[in-house]
Amino acid sequence: MKARIYITLKTGVLDPQGKAVHHALGALGFEEAQDVRQGKYIEMEVADGTPRARVEEMCERLLANTVIENYRVELDGETALGDQGA
Amino acid sequence: MKSAVIVFPGSNCDRDMAVALERVAGSKPQMVWHGESELPDVDLIALPGGFSYGDYLRTGAIAANSPIMRAVKDAAEEGRHILGVCNGFQMLTEAGILPGALLRNAGLDYVCRDVSLTVENSGTPFTLAYEGGETIRIPVAHHDGNYYADEDTLNRLEDEGQIVFRYGEAVNGSQRNIAGIRNKRGNVLGMMPHPERLVEAELGGTDGRRLFEGLAKTLS
Repeated sequence: MKARIYITLKTGVLDPQGKAVHHALGALGFEEAQDVRQGKYIEMEVADGTPRARVEEMCERLLANTVIENYRVELDGETALGDQGA
Repeated sequence: MKSAVIVFPGSNCDRDMAVALERVAGSKPQMVWHGESELPDVDLIALPGGFSYGDYLRTGAIAANSPIMRAVKDAAEEGRHILGVCNGFQMLTEAGILPGALLRNAGLDYVCRDVSLTVENSGTPFTLAYEGGETIRIPVAHHDGNYYADEDTLNRLEDEGQIVFRYGEAVNGSQRNIAGIRNKRGNVLGMMPHPERLVEAELGGTDGRRLFEGLAKTLS
């Protein structure tokens, strides 16, 4: 099954790349873009039945740096397996 | 002073570090591959600069989980001396041995030049050979050297004298101009500038040499 992991910078952490992207969008005339924060999206194939806690552990230990980043995990078929997460 | 330099795939300042250590301490450091799980019996462990694992995921993140880093963590807790330069500093924060994180430079540029530094704390084994408040010049070469920590952590670093070097000019957007910090116990130093690149007058100066001299004096 598929795990989708979204990693974003915490509020208050400077994001120079997001700023540059925002600036470039403005230069292209997309004035509607008011703020840009850049993050990471990781798509992972995990063994069927992998509990959410296990994927969260991967985030805590490697995929995200929780000093500066937040993460959100989406698991395929999680409700069907009766997990309490999300 | 017996020392070891840890070599990761993508390290590129490991040999400069080894030369600096040998020049000052008089004995060749042991080069230890990151896949080892045990450290040799040495006084100083150096984590060199470079681009371990191509900076994939986050700088230093994958190296921080190398087998040898468990031993480095234990050594830090035992009070052995550890010096992390540039990518080595990034690894130390990623491993949780030092607080905070190193973000992309605020100006987005890779910064590669000599910068002025203020020695904020000359009471550490790493800075014994400097005067407190002294200004020195040491090169930086990094894309992700923008030090970040939350306000409470920054205040604690200030209060405990853990800020060892501060930039004397705008370099990368680091909070409170932090260029190098030590842990609370004082046996671990992480810094973005490269002292190992300035150990001989022929190469532009010796401001970096004194860091190794201080260590050699303490650890011999």
